[in-house]
Amino acid sequence: MSINRRGNQLGGRAAITGIGATEFSKDSGRSEMSLASEAVAAAIADAGLKPCDIDGMVTYSADNNPDVEIARHVGIGALRHFSRVHYGGGAACGTIVQAAMAVATGVADAVVCYRAFNERSGRRFGAGVQDIPIAATAERAQFSWTTPSGLLTPASWVAMVARRYMHLYGATSQDFGRVAVAGRKHAANNPAAWFYNEPITLEEHQASRWIVDPLHLLDCCQESDGGQALVVVSAERARDLPNTPALIVAGAQGAGDEQWTMTSFFRDDIAQLPEMKVVADELWTSSGLTPADIQTAILYDHFTPYVLMQLEEFGFCGRGEAKDYIADGALEIGGRLPINTHGGQLGEAYIHGMNGIAEAVRQIRGTSVNQVDNVVNVLVSAGTGVPTSGLILGVDR
Amino acid sequence: MTNTSPSIIVDSTPEAKAAFYAELQTYVGLEVGEPTPGPDEVNAPMIRHLVEAVGDRNPIYTNPELAADSIHGGIVAPPTMLQAWVMRGIDGPARGGNGPYEKMNQLLFSRGFTSVLGTNSEQSYKRYLRPGDHLTMRTVIDSISDEKTTGLGTGHFVSTRQDYFDADDQLVGSMLFRIFRFKPAAKVPPAKPQPRRPRPATTYDNQWWFDELGEGRLCAQACANCGRVRFPTGPMCPSCHSRSYDKVELPLSGTIHSFVVAHYPQVPGFDYPLPIVLVDMDPSTSHIGKLGNDRVRMIMNTADSAESALAVGARVRIEIRATDPDMKLPFAVIDPIGATS
Repeated sequence: MSINRRGNQLGGRAAITGIGATEFSKDSGRSEMSLASEAVAAAIADAGLKPCDIDGMVTYSADNNPDVEIARHVGIGALRHFSRVHYGGGAACGTIVQAAMAVATGVADAVVCYRAFNERSGRRFGAGVQDIPIAATAERAQFSWTTPSGLLTPASWVAMVARRYMHLYGATSQDFGRVAVAGRKHAANNPAAWFYNEPITLEEHQASRWIVDPLHLLDCCQESDGGQALVVVSAERARDLPNTPALIVAGAQGAGDEQWTMTSFFRDDIAQLPEMKVVADELWTSSGLTPADIQTAILYDHFTPYVLMQLEEFGFCGRGEAKDYIADGALEIGGRLPINTHGGQLGEAYIHGMNGIAEAVRQIRGTSVNQVDNVVNVLVSAGTGVPTSGLILGVDR
Repeated sequence: MTNTSPSIIVDSTPEAKAAFYAELQTYVGLEVGEPTPGPDEVNAPMIRHLVEAVGDRNPIYTNPELAADSIHGGIVAPPTMLQAWVMRGIDGPARGGNGPYEKMNQLLFSRGFTSVLGTNSEQSYKRYLRPGDHLTMRTVIDSISDEKTTGLGTGHFVSTRQDYFDADDQLVGSMLFRIFRFKPAAKVPPAKPQPRRPRPATTYDNQWWFDELGEGRLCAQACANCGRVRFPTGPMCPSCHSRSYDKVELPLSGTIHSFVVAHYPQVPGFDYPLPIVLVDMDPSTSHIGKLGNDRVRMIMNTADSAESALAVGARVRIEIRATDPDMKLPFAVIDPIGATS
């Protein structure tokens, strides 16, 4: 394992050793804490640990599952580390980064990271910012420049960037559709996926109704109820636990220059994801790996255009070349870079990216329903258009 | 009281209205009916009932000894009972017939003033009443207002004056009683509130910009120290850290940088499909040289523009329009000739 010790030194220190999830649905019929408790308990059990072995917890902000609540309900007991990561889905890999930093430094021994919500039957993030007037906090005031004109929803914010990207590089709606087709193909083979046995064709993608032109309905991920948790311990400890460790080869968080929360419309070039470039540079530099070392990737897919742009930021192809890179089923199982083998958030469930990290762990363990051959390293990204995060998980050897 | 007669006279000319009002005024000063004697003399039991009911413990109304020592020299009645001494009671004789009051009402009904609302009464007193006084009331039409319109409808205020006399025919008190005879206003269903666009969350750092827009000026923020232009607004110049700034009014023109057409969800306050454009604003001529390449980009809707005219690179003219009584926003009018996509 080649680790760059001069900069980001997180790689190789920690591993994900337990994963646990609830069912993924559109209406869980129970509390978000019920979902969180079940997912956390399942992940701890999967790790071969007892609740009292856990001494750290990390989740997202804007969450209804306070760490100490879940610790009580699951019987975890005392905590030595707790933190919450901001920016919605951009937090996903960041929770693992926070946990890895804690176990790498001895701040905690075993940290459970979790995200659980009734995002479909309760508060729907896809509804965006519709309240009148929006609260006068600095964070909400970011949207003052867009909401009075009806640019209210995540889909609309992404669509504005997607249009510019199409204009600059000639990408088409069909190119975006190929991402959805790949996700639904993988979900169709995944019994845990909401769209199990429901693949789509590119024609169906093209025929789906407009949400915000240029985004069709099938460019937008699902809204889901459910929970996902993961347990992080030190690499050494992971070797003594029952599961094949998913080594955290690299982990990083990133915000870009001129960063806004999904409305970074004031940059020179809006058809890029510089926050993901920060993450990509960190991951590649700290691990010494390159895109050629990645066998499969979990690329955050709340909206399809950003999958193309992520491929460019991570260097799988040049700027504007993603439409060519993904042609001929490249993103599907058997292709040159199968992505989102669980079905992604388009196909499995929208758990703010946490379920994608679990799929990366399964690829390392060799237990995915859409297992890629000879997996050594899996790239995972978190929410796009927001301050974000990423991971490279690898086989420990 | 509602008169359902279909034959309502409409005084459609000012002259007809004036004639009607003049006829109404002939009733002013007329006495209404015969003088009405009170059924009972002023008496101690009724006084006691009233002061107990209202909780007035002044002994001059009930205590013969203390009242005798007062300036009144004996029990007196509360002045506000004036009207009570001639009230006819539940089974008392109804005022009937075809007197001036009824004729005045018929005249009002003929113009559709069929509804009535008691508005107020004013009493005035000449002296205290004592047990044994026996009152008689005479009623006179005191005044009729010209046509008034209130929240209830249009009509006339009618005041009657009731004068109360003792057995010696001396005036002891009066009451002005006013009613409103009106034509009920047509029932209009309450207006549905016009759905409003989302309001900006305003803070110390952006309020001024929306205030300027409300005055019809589309601005950027320029550092007062180094001249760097910034938009959206912020509390500090990222270049020199000055917190002083100038408001730079922008030319009302620009180029479409990107655009979308929103279809769903459909939020109240907007018409769908809803085009939204991101506009590269033309730089301020007054700040040329100072600005360099500082870019100002704004989100806005389009106006008077076909959806087919939307194009990256299209030139737009910007108009500031009111979207609600209390909000103005910039709108891009796409120039179809200057489109250079």
